Amino acid sequence: MRRNAVAVVGAAETTQLGVIPDLSQIGLHADAALNAMADCGLRPKDIDGIATAGETPVQLAQYLGITPAWVDGTSVGGCSFMIHVRHAAAAIEAGLAKTILITHGESGKSRIGNPGRTVPPASLNGQFEQPFGPMGPPSMFTIPVLRYMKTYGVTEEQIAQVSVVQREWAAKNPRATFKTPITTEDVLNSRMIAYPFRLLMCCLVTDGGGALILTSAERARDFKTKPVYVLGTGESAEGPMVSQMEDFTSSRAFRVAGPTAFQQAGISASVKDVDHLMIYDAFAHLPIYGLEDLGFLPRGEAAAFIAGRNTAPGGSLPLNTNGGGLSFMHSGMYGMYALQESVRQLRGTAAAQVPNAKISVCHGVGGMFAASGTIIFSNQSP
Amino acid sequence: MAEPGRALPVPTPETKHFWDGTNAGELRLQRCDSCGKNYFPPRPFCATCGSRKVTVFKASGKAVLWSYVIHHRPVPGFKPPYAIAVVQLAEGPRMMSNIVECEQTPEALQLDMELEVVFEKQNDTVTLPFFRPAKG
Repeated sequence: MRRNAVAVVGAAETTQLGVIPDLSQIGLHADAALNAMADCGLRPKDIDGIATAGETPVQLAQYLGITPAWVDGTSVGGCSFMIHVRHAAAAIEAGLAKTILITHGESGKSRIGNPGRTVPPASLNGQFEQPFGPMGPPSMFTIPVLRYMKTYGVTEEQIAQVSVVQREWAAKNPRATFKTPITTEDVLNSRMIAYPFRLLMCCLVTDGGGALILTSAERARDFKTKPVYVLGTGESAEGPMVSQMEDFTSSRAFRVAGPTAFQQAGISASVKDVDHLMIYDAFAHLPIYGLEDLGFLPRGEAAAFIAGRNTAPGGSLPLNTNGGGLSFMHSGMYGMYALQESVRQLRGTAAAQVPNAKISVCHGVGGMFAASGTIIFSNQSP
Repeated sequence: MAEPGRALPVPTPETKHFWDGTNAGELRLQRCDSCGKNYFPPRPFCATCGSRKVTVFKASGKAVLWSYVIHHRPVPGFKPPYAIAVVQLAEGPRMMSNIVECEQTPEALQLDMELEVVFEKQNDTVTLPFFRPAKG
């Protein structure tokens, strides 16, 4: 794909975030989609491509009144929306569609119209993981971390620092669920969930949604919104069973998706080239794995980098500036909110705005290190 | 001892040898006849080289503790806190399991400690493989 050939022209979250008792899951998709269309002055008849996860694009097309000539139902967990951006950019450049809508909505807290997740007992997860007592992401996503900690001598205090720093960012964001500052001691004294993970090292569970609208860079000039260009993209998958990760100290999916995106963008994973960074943080170890697997830091150095305030407000690499899944919001498939924050930063409209941000890297995970998608955005005209 | 309510596996044609094995007191892995790779979970081909020429064999049952969490939330069939572990088998593959005959504490559960398989019958058709500290 060419750099900067496609742009985000519409972007919005649901009107409310947090606890939304008056909308079902598909209603959250629709609220976000209507907000994104209003953002860039489009109506459903103007959309000719649709991608979504959680719900199907078939359901969304009819519910929103869209007649698509291109559909993508890639559903690989919370990074599905990064992968949708990648596929949409390729489709627009190939001429398969002109104006693509990507939606996310999830009634993660209220669970209205949310079918939930079940593990079939004849699946490989059902046969070879579920009998041993995992119950959802807090007890699964966290399993590799003790091996990481032993390998690199990382402490619980350092992992707790990830949560502390992200709360500092959240304090600047009026839409963040948790804004009250916390200390390392607060994190280490919070309720144990799955040793070594305590409550404040785990993401929120909330309701919400978000939507993006992409079109060609040429057409993007006709919109009132400031275009945010797709500079580089990557995706990968490893597998659904966390017990079968190749390397418990690193995500293979991250190591494919990230470098692919940087290579396409023609930039390096460094403070020199990147102004703003989002790394999907369902749990406090994910920014650590992400910083290393994307190539920003050598293996084993990311926890000290975060504890050293390099990603905090005023640091050299602003990371998860909305407060992240740990403090901003997390509906279950958080990737869309990371994308929204990257777009806001490059539009110059973020609550905790990074001055003169020109390049934003947005990195997502799906499942328990099961899949990954990376998008690099730029606000510089091609 | 079967804990009531624990999620239990439903074998498929491709995994039946493994669950027949645990019922017979054997931990059965597969080996690729073409490239020699030992692998798990079960499948009738080698995901390293693509060969369909594979053999089921009885593993030693020896393993080390690779990583774990100690879960503190309620799950049917479990009394929290309990460890959800991944063990590295002597033959190479890793698998999820529980650590039995051992306190479920960070002090007792040391990474790389030596383990050995034990089998616990859950009902008339399902036996699960667990691991306990090696007795030498």
